[in-house]
Amino acid sequence: MTHSNDNALKAENLTIGYGERTVIDNLSLNFPSGRMTAILGPNGCGKSTLLRALARLITPAKGSVRLGGDDIFSMDTRALARRLAILPQASKAPEGITVADLVRRGRTPWRGLFSAWSEADAAAVERALKEVGLTDMSERPIDQLSGGQRQRAWIALVLAQDTPCLLLDEPTTWLDLTHQIEVLSLVRERNRSQGVTVVTVLHDLNLAARFYDTLVLLGPNGMVAAGSPQDVLTEENLTTGFGLSAMVVPDPITGTPMVVPR
Amino acid sequence: MRAMIVAVLALVFAAALTLTVGVRDGGFALLFQALTAFDPTDPAHIAIQSIRMPRLIAGLIAGAALGMAGTIMQAITRNPLADPGILGINAGAAFAVVIGSLIAGRADNGLMAALAFPGAAAAAIAVFALGGGLKGDAGPVRLTLAGVALSAMLLSFVSAIILARNEALEVFRFWVTGSLAQAGMRPLGYMAIAAVLGAGLAIAIAPRIEALSLGSALARGLGTNPGRIQLGALVAVTALTGAAVGVAGPIAFLGLLVPRLARRVGGHVLRRELIAAAILGATILLFADTIGRILIPPAEIRVGTMTALIGAPIFIWMARRLRAGAGA
Repeated sequence: MTHSNDNALKAENLTIGYGERTVIDNLSLNFPSGRMTAILGPNGCGKSTLLRALARLITPAKGSVRLGGDDIFSMDTRALARRLAILPQASKAPEGITVADLVRRGRTPWRGLFSAWSEADAAAVERALKEVGLTDMSERPIDQLSGGQRQRAWIALVLAQDTPCLLLDEPTTWLDLTHQIEVLSLVRERNRSQGVTVVTVLHDLNLAARFYDTLVLLGPNGMVAAGSPQDVLTEENLTTGFGLSAMVVPDPITGTPMVVPR
Repeated sequence: MRAMIVAVLALVFAAALTLTVGVRDGGFALLFQALTAFDPTDPAHIAIQSIRMPRLIAGLIAGAALGMAGTIMQAITRNPLADPGILGINAGAAFAVVIGSLIAGRADNGLMAALAFPGAAAAAIAVFALGGGLKGDAGPVRLTLAGVALSAMLLSFVSAIILARNEALEVFRFWVTGSLAQAGMRPLGYMAIAAVLGAGLAIAIAPRIEALSLGSALARGLGTNPGRIQLGALVAVTALTGAAVGVAGPIAFLGLLVPRLARRVGGHVLRRELIAAAILGATILLFADTIGRILIPPAEIRVGTMTALIGAPIFIWMARRLRAGAGA
């Protein structure tokens, strides 16, 4: 299934705070339909907060979020879950659950109160397992897998949810470089093959530049830049956003910007 | 699937034992006669129909209900050591029974059952409210803490009352361990309806509880409403446990023990786990009841004592096998 209609996410004048502290102040941003956007920035700049607001996990003090033009805060919960999936950071699986049983739970928004498991459900789960390369391990308990395999199983869960918009909160944290690349590759595969809008909070700037179409850089005082990797990852922006003195050179393999700290 | 069939066969065997053991030495042939060709002049047939049948039904209701309630509790709190007692249900029932029979000045089985249910329900609702459930942010830890605190408080009231009033002590002594013996005099019909409604609700919301057991953020991303799921689970657990407490009094360990076994049988699909828990819970309770009857005849060990006697060692063994730091 390809998702042809408009699945852009738009944040409009978003202000989010916890108690007295304002984390995101009057931010307007466009996450283009069918593109991959990475949200970058130092710890505590509100990356995850922004992502959670985009998925309606937190309610902003002001502003709105639109998905393909519809205000997500006035949408039916299940209808939203059929259009937008989010994988929060460091999710914890029930003890002893198998990969297949975990991934099946991604079908929750598609199942009625008494409706049985459908063929579409089975097909979505099977496809998701295949995409993450865990078909052969689907009956294994998840706690017996390696860190990289486990993270792929979680990603399979949101892939099985089969939404045209996919949000991921630091999906590569704790993984070694090979597995980071593996995870981002399979997300991009889903993006390219089905035009899924992807928004990811990411720490690794160079991987973000390689895999993502659009970058958003948040700094301690709000948004620093948004645009193509070339436009966002400049020496000035890195100084403003991270307080980091770095050189930006072309990645010798892909030509995308590569950040080399001084 | 094979494990499920074995469980069903074990349940049938346990039910047959409940109906026959101790009734004249006729064995299963007698049971078959009493069920198919009832002879109202045969005292053994009458014993099976009028004494053993209610006992069996009470055992089925209480065992199945406690097994299912425990399974929901462990799924919702993500705590493998959670049981319905954590919601303060047993303490609430005990409190209501002791206070109620003091006020009414009598303590018959029907009255106690009628008091136990609302007591259990009130405690569960209070725990849910105290744990933040009304605002939709009841986490597993908050629920557990609220339940432990409320239970301690209610039981201290109960202690204060039974120490001061002798007649209350009698009621409590009789009530504090569960029994299937007086089943014939208890309102089995109403309790069966409550148990069936609770079980139906549990089965219906099982997929949502599964989503919630992945954490509330992911559950919301999957289109569910954690507050509403918790409320539904609370209603189901209350109906189930209330029915069990009403039918048999408080029964220890069953709600704690059965979910683990049910997972072995049902895997990680909550609907299958719930069905397995109902079958296993009833089976274990009926076996425990029968063993309690034949151990020191003619005296009878109450089934609530038997489940604790059998359950505690198994529970310790299970706790030792839990890997350190392993979640639910």
